[in-house]
Amino acid sequence: MIKWWKILGALLILYTIVWGLQNSVPRLDILNETIRNVYYHVPIWFAMLFQMGVSVWFAIKQLSKNDLKSDTLSDQAAQVGLFFSIPGLLTGCMWAKFTWGTWWTFEDPKLNGVAIAVLIYLAYFILRSSIADELKRARIAAVYNIFAFVMMNVFIMILPRLTDSLHPGNGGNAKFAQYDMDSNLRTVFYPAVIGWILMSLWILEIKYRMTLLKQKQNED
Amino acid sequence: MFNSGLSHLIKKEFLIEFRQKSTLAGILVYIISTVFVSALCFKKIINPTVWNALFWVIFLFITINVSSKSFLQETKGKALFNYMYYHPRHFILSKIIYNMLLMAVLSFITFFFYSWFVGNMVQDLGMYLLCLLFSSTAFSGVLSLMSAIASKASNNISLMAILSFPVLMPLILVSVKLSKFAIDGIAWSVSFKYLFVLLMLNLTVITLATILFNYLWKD
Repeated sequence: MIKWWKILGALLILYTIVWGLQNSVPRLDILNETIRNVYYHVPIWFAMLFQMGVSVWFAIKQLSKNDLKSDTLSDQAAQVGLFFSIPGLLTGCMWAKFTWGTWWTFEDPKLNGVAIAVLIYLAYFILRSSIADELKRARIAAVYNIFAFVMMNVFIMILPRLTDSLHPGNGGNAKFAQYDMDSNLRTVFYPAVIGWILMSLWILEIKYRMTLLKQKQNED
Repeated sequence: MFNSGLSHLIKKEFLIEFRQKSTLAGILVYIISTVFVSALCFKKIINPTVWNALFWVIFLFITINVSSKSFLQETKGKALFNYMYYHPRHFILSKIIYNMLLMAVLSFITFFFYSWFVGNMVQDLGMYLLCLLFSSTAFSGVLSLMSAIASKASNNISLMAILSFPVLMPLILVSVKLSKFAIDGIAWSVSFKYLFVLLMLNLTVITLATILFNYLWKD
């Protein structure tokens, strides 16, 4: 049974890979052709944040309904989100090398935010592994998940707006929404965002089914 | 909100603390020796950024040391007793309020010794102390909840540090920024928005902690 949204996600990503390299982009100083990274780097981060959101959603559900299925989903979504941070970081580092001239800088609040997000979710997995009892683990992990998600959002949503950032769209840098994000960019960028989010959901579904099978195997 | 349960609990916290004077004295010695070690290592600090950073690192470790014991000290029997007698909201609020008061006092003491031994570079003392006050309250709010989480897990202090460092990061950054403004004597109109963010963070932390503690409480 193949669901339509899986095909749609795969087609959208295929479209962005092909058309993302083909269509014309605005010529901007420094950015030049690297502006195409907006089709790959940004949607991958959106997919990661989406998965973290899914994780928190199931954490809240776990606390209100107290069922272990939500806990498994919350855990798996956090894993998928963390997985998406790797290509997000790699594409970002590559882009930074060619525009800012460095792989990594501590000056940028968004980069720091990402590093913190990765640390938070690593701490979340360590917390999970340190509690043996299933129900207790589900409850405590959900509490940490919700609290950490709020603090992470303070970090990546509020703080960058207070300080200058090297990132496009912050602190006097060229804003995508203003003039670079012309209609040519948009025709690829929005499908890419939807495509990567659908893809992350697909990965989550497969991972979830695998965990359920493993749990069943352990019970038998 | 301030009904008998909550005020009773806060009173209990203070009573326990002052009955065991050794822990309080231990914290004071910890503060003085940490500041003294850094004074000896750095000799003289000329750069305000380094001065500020060192202060916040010392502050961070002191808060973790002070707040971590708030739940890690609870034994199984005590927890059961509290569970039967008190409301969870009162319980976490009493811990948070007590930690906030204690940390605010301790942060001023730390600042006093730090400016005595290492030297004082602050131009706008009022703003610096205000920043210190609100950051210590926010820090102890976060750390009280983290201590509650860590105490439910394998009960070790390293887990507490692993859990709280990344969560504390936004707080530290705002505090460092605001206190740097105070050191440079920048106008209040500029630093006001950071103070506002710090206050909002305080509110967020307390609200989240009181809501979430309900679920940690049951065993």
